[in-house]
Amino acid sequence: MEKLKSLADLEKVRAETQAKLDLRARDGSPEAVVQVRVAMATCGIASGARPVMDFFVDELDKRGISAVVTQTGCMGYCYAEPTVEVQLPGQEPVVYGFVDRKRADEIIEKYIRNGELVEGIIPVNYEKID
Amino acid sequence: METIKLTIDNKQIEVQKGTTILGAARKMGIDIPTLCHMKLDDLNIENKPGGCRICVVEVQGRRNLSPACITKCDEGAVVRTHTPRVMNARRTVMEFILSDHPKDCLICPKSGNCELQDMAIRLGIREIPGQEIAEMSTYRKDTSPSIIRDLDKCIMCRRCEMMCNEVQTVGALSAVNRGFMAVVAPAFEQNLEYSPCTYCGQCVAVCPTGALTEVDHTGDVLRAIADPSKTVVVQTAPAVRAALGEEFGMKPGTLVTGKLVSALKELGFDYVFDTDFAADLTIMEEGTELLTRLGKFLKGEKDANIPILTSCCPGWVNFFEHNFPDLKDVPSTAKSPQQMFGAIAKSYFADKINVNRKDMVVVSIMPCLAKKYESQRPEFSVDGNPDVDFSISTRELAHFIKQANIDFNNLPDADFDRPLGESTGAGVIFGNTGGVIEAAVRTAYELYTGKKLSRLDFDELRGMEGVRQATIDFDGLPLNIGIAHGLGNARKLLDEVRAGRSKFHAIEVMACPGGCIGGGGQPLHHGDSSILKARAKAIYEEDKNKPIRVSHENTYIIQLYREFLGEPNSEKAHHLLHTHYFDKKAKIIVRQ
Amino acid sequence: MHLLVCGGTSCRASESALIAESLKRELEEKGLGNEVQVVMTGCFGLCEQGPVVKVMPDNTFYVKVRPEDAAVIVAEHVIKGRPVQRLLYVNPATGEHVSGSGQMGSFRKQIRIALRNCGFINPENIDEYIAREGYAAIGKCVSELSSADVIDIMKRSGLRGRGGAGFPTGLKWEIASKNQADQKYVVCNADEGDPGAFMDRSVLEGDPHSVLEAMAICGYAIGASKGLIYIRAEYPLAIQRLKIAIAQARDYGLLGNNILGSDFSFDIDLRYGAGAFVCGEETALIHSMEGMRGEPTNKPPFPAESGFMGRPSNVNNVETFASVPVIINRGWEWFSSIGTEKSKGTKVFALAGKINNVGLIEVPMGITLREIIFEIGGGIKNGKKFKAVQTGGPSGGCLTEHHLDTPIDFDNLVAVGSMMGSGGMIVMDEDDCMVSIAKFFLEFTVEESCGKCAPCRIGNKRIYELLTHITKGNGTLADLDRLRNMCNVIKDTSLCGLGQTSPNPVLSTMENFMDEYLAHVTEKRCPAGSCRDLMKYTIIEEKCVGCTACARGCPVNAISGERKEPHFIDQEKCIKCGACFERCKFGAVLIN
Repeated sequence: MEKLKSLADLEKVRAETQAKLDLRARDGSPEAVVQVRVAMATCGIASGARPVMDFFVDELDKRGISAVVTQTGCMGYCYAEPTVEVQLPGQEPVVYGFVDRKRADEIIEKYIRNGELVEGIIPVNYEKID
Repeated sequence: METIKLTIDNKQIEVQKGTTILGAARKMGIDIPTLCHMKLDDLNIENKPGGCRICVVEVQGRRNLSPACITKCDEGAVVRTHTPRVMNARRTVMEFILSDHPKDCLICPKSGNCELQDMAIRLGIREIPGQEIAEMSTYRKDTSPSIIRDLDKCIMCRRCEMMCNEVQTVGALSAVNRGFMAVVAPAFEQNLEYSPCTYCGQCVAVCPTGALTEVDHTGDVLRAIADPSKTVVVQTAPAVRAALGEEFGMKPGTLVTGKLVSALKELGFDYVFDTDFAADLTIMEEGTELLTRLGKFLKGEKDANIPILTSCCPGWVNFFEHNFPDLKDVPSTAKSPQQMFGAIAKSYFADKINVNRKDMVVVSIMPCLAKKYESQRPEFSVDGNPDVDFSISTRELAHFIKQANIDFNNLPDADFDRPLGESTGAGVIFGNTGGVIEAAVRTAYELYTGKKLSRLDFDELRGMEGVRQATIDFDGLPLNIGIAHGLGNARKLLDEVRAGRSKFHAIEVMACPGGCIGGGGQPLHHGDSSILKARAKAIYEEDKNKPIRVSHENTYIIQLYREFLGEPNSEKAHHLLHTHYFDKKAKIIVRQ
Repeated sequence: MHLLVCGGTSCRASESALIAESLKRELEEKGLGNEVQVVMTGCFGLCEQGPVVKVMPDNTFYVKVRPEDAAVIVAEHVIKGRPVQRLLYVNPATGEHVSGSGQMGSFRKQIRIALRNCGFINPENIDEYIAREGYAAIGKCVSELSSADVIDIMKRSGLRGRGGAGFPTGLKWEIASKNQADQKYVVCNADEGDPGAFMDRSVLEGDPHSVLEAMAICGYAIGASKGLIYIRAEYPLAIQRLKIAIAQARDYGLLGNNILGSDFSFDIDLRYGAGAFVCGEETALIHSMEGMRGEPTNKPPFPAESGFMGRPSNVNNVETFASVPVIINRGWEWFSSIGTEKSKGTKVFALAGKINNVGLIEVPMGITLREIIFEIGGGIKNGKKFKAVQTGGPSGGCLTEHHLDTPIDFDNLVAVGSMMGSGGMIVMDEDDCMVSIAKFFLEFTVEESCGKCAPCRIGNKRIYELLTHITKGNGTLADLDRLRNMCNVIKDTSLCGLGQTSPNPVLSTMENFMDEYLAHVTEKRCPAGSCRDLMKYTIIEEKCVGCTACARGCPVNAISGERKEPHFIDQEKCIKCGACFERCKFGAVLIN
């Protein structure tokens, strides 16, 4: 990695990363992909997030869906772990709770392929500050 | 100096900035009770963890009660030391402490001399509410050659830990475990024997309760005296005579040499001798060794091993065997006076009175607990028969005398037996820090220069400072002397020696603060350092009053060399009076 | 189109499943079954208004929906596109109907500031943090602001320490900045130890860079070039992510020398703790980092004066740090507009216990317990009755129904006998015995006391024992007085915050639930039916058919009786295991 030697360097990294993330999320963009974020804090992992994440990585690939699966921190829904956020290009992200392989399969087949919501949605119950 | 005005119990006082409430109150004559706190003024030793919370007082404007021992005075503070809130808190905390303390005062070795017991009396505790449902913390009892740890009686005052780590830098004791089971112990709760403990006994000297006590050998001594087939010989160390009187209500610093001899005779010892005699002998051997090494040093020989370190303190010997084994050739090879005495008693003297060494029992009265361990070192025995059979402390002797209902205070003075009871002033001052080296200087000077000293008091070697140094003019040869008491201070000098930076030709080390007068086997000072100073003064007084004050003029020493040893550092002297040291670093489990 | 039906526990209890069924049936009938999906969701956090139905994608929100409303929703909204006015949420402030959830100002009770990136970014990718304004705050500091400016912003923001005591962060920084030294330290306290609390862990696992950046900002403000994160070794994932984050920040030069081309240099290291609760106390934490026993010392001196290695050190908790970069980026005005007069911003709570939506929440200061428990938390599990909520962990107190509408901030919680603490919030229902709850917390403190001071070491144990005594039915009225006195004295005399607050759970339950204590003591009865020793199992003769199931299942043969005859439980033998109660098919076993 290059060292960031000034605010301008920092801004460059910010802008590039943001642009990349935006393109990914924008419907119709050539780089648009399905984004799957798995809550992988200790509590999530303890309740089985790791195999769920592996499942998404493997199955999305096998089923030929262009997607990025990443880990993220705790979403706060301890009662519903493992939790997974799915964002289809051009749409608001949707959080699913209690995601096991069965539900993950359902999410891929119904929501990711057809945009049909499936059971287990966790409504966002907080304000973001951005 | 900035001062602060405050009010304690409705009285105004002005104190230096930085003074604690406890310090200010004491200055006004208000005696706030304390338990864990201990301060030895002139030795720069203070224990103030603020742990017992007995000394809490009410400071206006503060939400909680404040511990007087560590709370510094604030300008305009209003302090009250005996409000109902304070007194209730003190009593309740004391009840807590007692609820986790065995109630076997009747048979506790500390009974009558226990600060916890005193506090219970002072606070008028008559019952422990809820004792019937209160669990007590219990720990494995640990007996080492010198010290018994009965931690059921530990109140976590941390004094022993402070002495062991901060003052002595030995690091054998520290707090282990959490909460209710927290206690002071060697690492991994090992026995003291497997720790770097030097048996200096300073932990015992400051323990307010019966948690740390000495191994009691008075029973063994009594049995030996009772055995008609045994000739029981006793030797008493110099520092004992300056402290024993305290156990019988005498003023600190009262010399009781004559009464001590009488008492020992009353107790039934066959011969009452003086370790001071062996101290004179030590000077002959160690002084000669010093001059030999010095000669080599002045010739520029590499194996001169300068500085020479004194070796009469067994706590110190243990310390360098554990911590500085790489320097084990540096200390003098001379045995300690206790062991020299034992070796001579069981050879020269036994022959003289025609007793087989197996039928002779040598008992030593020592201000020291490390002497117990020293007497049990295998190298100090012949075919399993130790040169010194039992070493008992000043405290044990006092108990022994009391048990025998001897009216100590009204005993007539008596004199030591001969030949091993004759001693000089040089032997006496072994009891003080700086005394061994002063005695050595007196003899070495006269032997080296062939001249008589014009003055015998070397004030520059005396005092209570932890590390002292002086240069003595040996007729044109400036001899640099270093002195350390307290093992932490010794460590500083030893680090210099190890680094090759030491400027000294000779260094005296005593493990205990103040030297033997502050030994781990002495009557308890309970944090009053004026007691130590009074003892030191008494020792120098005894020296002054002695007709002979240099070791090489002791007529019985001269006789001993003539009749038996030949000359100092002779082959026979080496065999009987010298020793060698061991690398004990590997035995320290905590460090490795 | 989607119809989302709340499947949260309390909405389910009010027939939300039936609503979903009705909606599906209506849609089928209208031939829309394939075009419009009905989906059950998790809790919307609007339980008071439940059951809730949300229409997507237009975000229309219907509240208090009945199954019979399904027809009108489908007919009007789905088919004609006209929202059903009477089912819309009414804004309590204006009395107006609100259609979109975006307009429902008070609907979303949470604001995520400290948790702003948790669950959004990949914590192992610094670019994602930077994309969300990461490291812009430290950039702003080093390029535009003086250290005094930074401190000024922090002071004006009103941020108070999130670790528990709520000391103003800006002031703390200012004190540390004023103390001169060759080296100062910024210390991050990540020794989260309250039972059931995991706010700090979540931040470190989900957004480690925010803490690193804040520490650098603090370093810039107080003049420190070194940061240390004290984290418990029991948090391996947080440690791993911190290590990755530190490495990445160093690679970018965001930690290290001349950050972003400025004169400011700052680096961070990790220090691991062994997981002692007391090490959350800053002096104990510092001792632990220094390699000493993790136990507190008296304050003053405060760490800002003499901290790590005797140098001025600023200790802040993880959550406090996590809030800092946003404050710099958005300004103190923004931050101080959130919260109450004396407590600004938001607080993260770990919501646990008998509550439906157990989880991590971040709410603005000033929110009520009622909103947290019944809206965000989705109410009490299994429709039980709310009894109490414990805030502040083992140092806090139990609050009751009376306190549900108290706006939560640092000062209000203290005023009602509890405290903010680090953010544990445990909800209890009617089945929880408050004496046992107090006992639970005391068990924790007894385990976690460091053992340094007597009241905490022994006193807490005695309280615990007495509570056990009471829950076994052996307590007396006098015991209650003694319990209260012990609690007060421990608070009043303990050395650190642990002991000064550990009796709070007992005192607050005694204050708020004295009737339960009295029932245990005078009637030997546990009103919540949870103290096993106070339970009595009897068989109701009239209901018993003599099937012998209970007798066969009793592990101690305490039940006797002939087949087809009423059975009988021998109270002497009964161990209160409950096996008979579970086996009886006729409800003949009575517990009281």
